[in-house]
Amino acid sequence: MASEAHTATESSLVFHPMDQFIVKPLFGNGPVEWYTITNVTLWLALAVVAIIALMVFGTSRRAVVPSRTQSIGELAYGFVYKMVEDVTGKDAVVFFPYIMTLFMFIVTANFLGLLPMSFTTTSHFAVTAVLALAVFLTVTIVGFVKNGAGFLGLFWVSSAPLALRPVLAIIELISYFVRPVSHSIRLAGNVMAGHAVIKVFAGFAAIAAIAPVSVVAITAMYGLEILVAFIQAYVFTILTCVYLKDALHPSH
Amino acid sequence: MATNTHETVSACVDSYGSAVGMPQLCGEWMGNQIFWLVITLVVIFIVLSRIALPRIAAVLAERQGTITNDIAAAEEFKSKAAAAEDAYNQALSEARAEAARIVEATKAEIKADLDTAMAQADAEIKAKSDAGAKAIADIRANAMASVEEIAKSATADIVSVLGGNADDAAVSAAVTTELKG
Amino acid sequence: MEGQLAHIGAGLAAIGSGAAAIGVGNVAGNYLAGALRNPSAAASQTATLFIGIAFAEALGIFSFLVALLLMFAV
Repeated sequence: MASEAHTATESSLVFHPMDQFIVKPLFGNGPVEWYTITNVTLWLALAVVAIIALMVFGTSRRAVVPSRTQSIGELAYGFVYKMVEDVTGKDAVVFFPYIMTLFMFIVTANFLGLLPMSFTTTSHFAVTAVLALAVFLTVTIVGFVKNGAGFLGLFWVSSAPLALRPVLAIIELISYFVRPVSHSIRLAGNVMAGHAVIKVFAGFAAIAAIAPVSVVAITAMYGLEILVAFIQAYVFTILTCVYLKDALHPSH
Repeated sequence: MATNTHETVSACVDSYGSAVGMPQLCGEWMGNQIFWLVITLVVIFIVLSRIALPRIAAVLAERQGTITNDIAAAEEFKSKAAAAEDAYNQALSEARAEAARIVEATKAEIKADLDTAMAQADAEIKAKSDAGAKAIADIRANAMASVEEIAKSATADIVSVLGGNADDAAVSAAVTTELKG
Repeated sequence: MEGQLAHIGAGLAAIGSGAAAIGVGNVAGNYLAGALRNPSAAASQTATLFIGIAFAEALGIFSFLVALLLMFAV
């Protein structure tokens, strides 16, 4: 359809709101193989650099009275640590580095994606699906290792009337397997939607009469996207904690 | 974007460089994304769990320790201040008791002095009044003796005038009996 | 013709975003009502609030996804 838009006419407005999500090689015009260095690689590497700058170089002085960078790192640490402790329980702190990795990656990638001309890695289902599947597999494996067959009690709601339990078990089973889908699509969908909407408004800015409105709308959407970038990282992390709690304490 | 120069190398991008369908659903790119994402996550995980998180935990623990120590030190200073205040109060009350004791002792001393002085004065007064009474008694006795003598001589004179022979002994006996009478 | 039908379908799917907005508003409004009744318990329930909002919003995102698929992938 995008090609139709190109071929059809050049007089009317042409939107390509999804072009910002195209993966392309950084060097040359060759095909994208699994090992090719692409813009995905670049922005993932920038996320790693940003995280190392904040969490390693920012804290290198180990000051008791922290500098600004160090207090941001400590803030992130305390934020995620408290979340893990409050939601999942004290015995879940072994998973803290894992959850911290997820949170730091998502929040950094989201904010890097807000830079103009940047590529948003977390807007791709391939990326978020890997994250969500990793959480899903972790939860399932940990649940069965810690509780054995008792983990299946998660689907057998013992507080419900006996007649209802098989029905509820099916519903719980379905909702359990939908988890990675909703987990990944929520993040990618939110991020992609915001960026696409900004691009649509940017397309309207080509018309002089409504350009000011469009610029104001882009600014407002950008503010909302900053909020969304953090809240989606928070939601992804806290849902990971909730799922982990199910694995560690499956009693309903 | 619309560069016509390169030929189409992907089913997901048209000859103008625009996306065909949703780029998110392009299967050709997913392997690339997943590969680099896994590397990224592993790097972040290693860096965080090996370096950053233990360091931040150590810094936070150290800060907590410093705060705890400071609070303990403040607590100690507080208790010291309280002890000093107690000592001060005790010293004050001791000094008050001492002062009260001294006042009491001085009062008792003065009272004793006063008592002895009063007793002495009383004794002197008594002695003087005794002497006075004695003198009065003496004077009265003398006066009585003089009255007796005058009465006797007057009686003798009267007896002799009346022509009697005044016997001194009889006269004095009679006068004495009369006076006593 | 088929493409135009897909556009109509995408528009219909976008109604789901409005429905999700109602759901999110419900969650947030009820949270606020409860928080005003018992402010001391409000802070401990912010995590639950965000989870509820996330669940409500996920379904709206699904309909948005359906719209996008109809627009670009059909």
